[in-house]
Amino acid sequence: MSELDYKIIVGLEIHVQLATRTKMFCGCELVFAAEPNSRVCPVCLGLPGALPVMNRQAVEFAILTASALNCKIAEFTKWDRKSYYYPDLPKNYQISQYDLPVGENGFIEIPIAEGQTKKIRILRVHLEEDAGKNLHGENFSQVDLNRAGTPLMEIVTQPDMNSPQEVSTLAVELQRIVRFLGASEADMQKGHMRFEPNVNVVIKKDGSEFKTPITEIKNLNSFKALEKGTAFEVKRQLNEFLDSGEVAKSGNKKTFGWDDTRGVTVLQREKEEAHDYRYFPDPDLVPVVVNEKWLADIKSGLCELPLAMQKRFTADYSLGDYDAGVLTADKDTALFFDNAVKAGGDAKRICNFITQTGLKIANEKGCRVSELGISPQRLAELAKLLDAGTVSATAAAAIFEKMTQSDEMPQQIAESLNLIQKSDADELKKIVDDVITANQQAVEDAKCDGKKTKKAYGFLMGQVMQKTKGTANPQIVAKIMDERLKSI
Amino acid sequence: MDKKKINIEQVKQVAKLARLNLSEAEIAQFSTQMSDILQYVEKLDRLDTANIEPLAHCLPVSNCLREDIVKPSLGTEKTLANAPDSDGQFFIVPKILDEAGGP
Amino acid sequence: MQILELTCRQLRDKIAGGEVKSVDATTAVFEQIEKHDRQIGAYISTFKEQALAKAKQVDEKIAAKKPVGLLAGVPIAIKDNMCTTFGATTCASKILENFHSPYNATAVEKLLAADAVIVGKTNLDEFAMGSSTENSGLKKTVNPHDFSRVPGGSSGGAAAAVAAKMCFAALSSDTGGSIRQPASFCGIAGLKPTYGRVSRYGLVAYGSSLDQIGPLAKNVEDCALLLDVIAGHDEKDSTSVDEKTAPVRDWLSAVNNKPQNLKIAIVPELFKGADGEVVESVKKAIEIYKSSGAEIIEIKMPHFDYAIAAYYLIATAEASSNLARYDGVHYGHRTKNPADYIEVYSKSRDEALGDEVKRRIMLGTYALSSGYYDAYYLKALKVRNLIRSDFTAAFAKADCIVMPTSPTTAFKLGEKTNDPLQMYLADIYTIAVNLAGVPGISIPCGFDKNNLPIGLQIIAPAFAEEKLLQIAMLFENKTDFCKTAF
Repeated sequence: MSELDYKIIVGLEIHVQLATRTKMFCGCELVFAAEPNSRVCPVCLGLPGALPVMNRQAVEFAILTASALNCKIAEFTKWDRKSYYYPDLPKNYQISQYDLPVGENGFIEIPIAEGQTKKIRILRVHLEEDAGKNLHGENFSQVDLNRAGTPLMEIVTQPDMNSPQEVSTLAVELQRIVRFLGASEADMQKGHMRFEPNVNVVIKKDGSEFKTPITEIKNLNSFKALEKGTAFEVKRQLNEFLDSGEVAKSGNKKTFGWDDTRGVTVLQREKEEAHDYRYFPDPDLVPVVVNEKWLADIKSGLCELPLAMQKRFTADYSLGDYDAGVLTADKDTALFFDNAVKAGGDAKRICNFITQTGLKIANEKGCRVSELGISPQRLAELAKLLDAGTVSATAAAAIFEKMTQSDEMPQQIAESLNLIQKSDADELKKIVDDVITANQQAVEDAKCDGKKTKKAYGFLMGQVMQKTKGTANPQIVAKIMDERLKSI
Repeated sequence: MDKKKINIEQVKQVAKLARLNLSEAEIAQFSTQMSDILQYVEKLDRLDTANIEPLAHCLPVSNCLREDIVKPSLGTEKTLANAPDSDGQFFIVPKILDEAGGP
Repeated sequence: MQILELTCRQLRDKIAGGEVKSVDATTAVFEQIEKHDRQIGAYISTFKEQALAKAKQVDEKIAAKKPVGLLAGVPIAIKDNMCTTFGATTCASKILENFHSPYNATAVEKLLAADAVIVGKTNLDEFAMGSSTENSGLKKTVNPHDFSRVPGGSSGGAAAAVAAKMCFAALSSDTGGSIRQPASFCGIAGLKPTYGRVSRYGLVAYGSSLDQIGPLAKNVEDCALLLDVIAGHDEKDSTSVDEKTAPVRDWLSAVNNKPQNLKIAIVPELFKGADGEVVESVKKAIEIYKSSGAEIIEIKMPHFDYAIAAYYLIATAEASSNLARYDGVHYGHRTKNPADYIEVYSKSRDEALGDEVKRRIMLGTYALSSGYYDAYYLKALKVRNLIRSDFTAAFAKADCIVMPTSPTTAFKLGEKTNDPLQMYLADIYTIAVNLAGVPGISIPCGFDKNNLPIGLQIIAPAFAEEKLLQIAMLFENKTDFCKTAF
């Protein structure tokens, strides 16, 4: 295969579950892992006579996201029925948007290397209702309709991605965006994001180009699966091309399912008429007309997007891409960081507090760093104490932890815990002198340039720290120690 | 073949789409009757509709939106009350083998 | 006093005034049912015990001088395509024969809130698809005026029940004439309100963009009374029009006001398609309007003739999708011993759906299928727009349009069952009204040589029910054609 010169082409369809309280067209509550069939009403059960009414919040989330993805927002959209029979689809049609999606022709910027980004075009963003779930037993299948009618936003990109990494990067970036906007929890464990990449390969051979048949991969529910599935499919297509030489033509698009345990894609069986969905306008719903005022109201919910913020953190605060990425994985954390810096804390210090101590405690408590009870102002104060040498780095971490339980300012906490560093040179000089007098052998070892120098020096420093119960400012002690040893 | 007539094969295809397990007799009968109706419907072609907007709805309204407020669900028992087959938790159907039924 | 001869309005006033007991009216209705319904077959189900209990409750309320609703103690029937938590909701289909709805249709809720007594649920063409009630999957209904004839359809059971005094009025539905045509065949009044006027929530959908709930009653005044009860926006139906766009009025109070400077449009060309006796009666009716001061204007509606073709594409397309849910998976009939889950669908549907329903599902599926959508469904929607523009043009010149409700009087049972297209063509006068979404009423205007009732159809602009009812009332006040059987 190595002799093949080829280019990977991937477009992605992403289904994102919106963060509404209720379903798309009825008031049933969205509860993860609820009792089977307990969150079902006449509307989502598709009972005779029941009618759908759209959820305003879902429409607004979709418009908000489409705006953030730089789409042109439709002034007029409507709902269409997509017909197919499946047991998890009680009406045997899905309410979706066919020819007039909420948004069209946008783009998303994704980070591809340190400081580098790539624009991926967005074809469309539309709303639809989810189906229920079929669970397959030995001899029969079970149907649970709790999920039926859940609002989904489908985002379709142009085939602008050229590697499995780009595909998963886009997915991660989209997750950050919808979380920043509050449009989705985007919790992968709860199936809030589902991916369907369309993959093929353009092969250059003997001076001509050959395009392999496009395949759509289903059942991808994690970033890892998305990347692995896409990579697997590329290899499979290259091999198949070498075997059969089959090229893309109308009608030979295939659907594969991702088998996560075996790590392979499997061709799915399809019914011959599967693609005659007979779309037509849903007569039970009225059009959505988005006027300027409503759009402006919705757009007021827009915010600085994660990638922009990440770029700003690296440019303005001199953070590395990695740190800036960690901070902007979540909007509240990013804002918390930004506000602490704006309150006068040193960016690198604040970043360390958050990514080291903060995230660890937050993880244990199952909350965000911003929810630990420390205001950005207090964190900035702590950073200042550390900068000024008033407390040591170790002490600062202890103070951080204490701050999560107390409203006191870090200075007060440091005092009450006796963590203020001794920086009084006269007092420290006395202690250093005492240590030198009491440890002559170590002083000698420290002075001669031998194997024991470093160890002896460390011992002397340790003695000073012990005498001050760790409150001595190590920089100042070292300075005095050096002076004294030189003068002996 | 005149597109306005619907032959046996087409009737079978439509019946498959509509999930109707029609008998041969029904298929033959529908082929004749549907052809008659489609022939009658052909009269629409006499009208020039090139510049006419399709009218799916006569209503003068748009944006009938619901606030995102939770309303009571039926609960499992009532949801399954009319089910032809259930185990008290789920609707039961014969084992689904094809995975590509979904969108 | 014969209780059964009273109108809803009269009965309601007498019950509310303590002059008549609802229990007595309800008992009289059930006696009438027991006497005649074995032959007529209007009801699919009746709720005698529940009805008498409700009647008793209303009587007690009145005795205690508590306020009562607009239909206090009046026995009313419901077409069996509206969901009720009591009894089954069958749509006269084997596929829903044992279906029990966990909720009430909004219109039913409103009847109950108005203190009506629900007598039972009436027969119809399966899923309201038909013009004679012969497509019922559950039973046969005959015309109370002549047992060898059809009651009309699809609301044949409801119209027969009203005409045979087996209820005082009925709640019904009209997709292409299903209220007006049986009203015409049975000699009573039937109103199809403007699309969006009455909530469709709980009305089992046939053609969702055409379906509308309305009353079948003994006269125009009762139609106004029932409309007062059922009209209005419903947050559960996006297509029910808001109060600002279409305010609900007190039609019962307004109905007796005489319309001023009345201009009535007629379409002479359309009379060609109707029987001589029907045309004669309708022309006499027009003369009556003329003599009471109305101006008669002759107009053309060039696209009217295309309504049936457009309708049978649009309605069937919507129906093919609306009826997809009857699949034996979550409710309704399921075939025994299906080989796989696909057979649950295809066999359950084939076994339990009737011929006409299958035919319309097939036609609609075809009209929406890949390669045919533009030629059929989309074309029909464009023609629908042209038809509506005919009405818009007519209403720019006149307050209403008057024409026959049906080209014939009630035809013989079995006469048209073998030729679906001929059956469809009988809907020529009623269908365009649904496509345009405007209101229409059928009122009795004469009898043919067999003494069968003839219906006059009056059509008004969207949301002009007040004018429509007043115009109908004007005729009713000057004539005496309302005719119940027995």
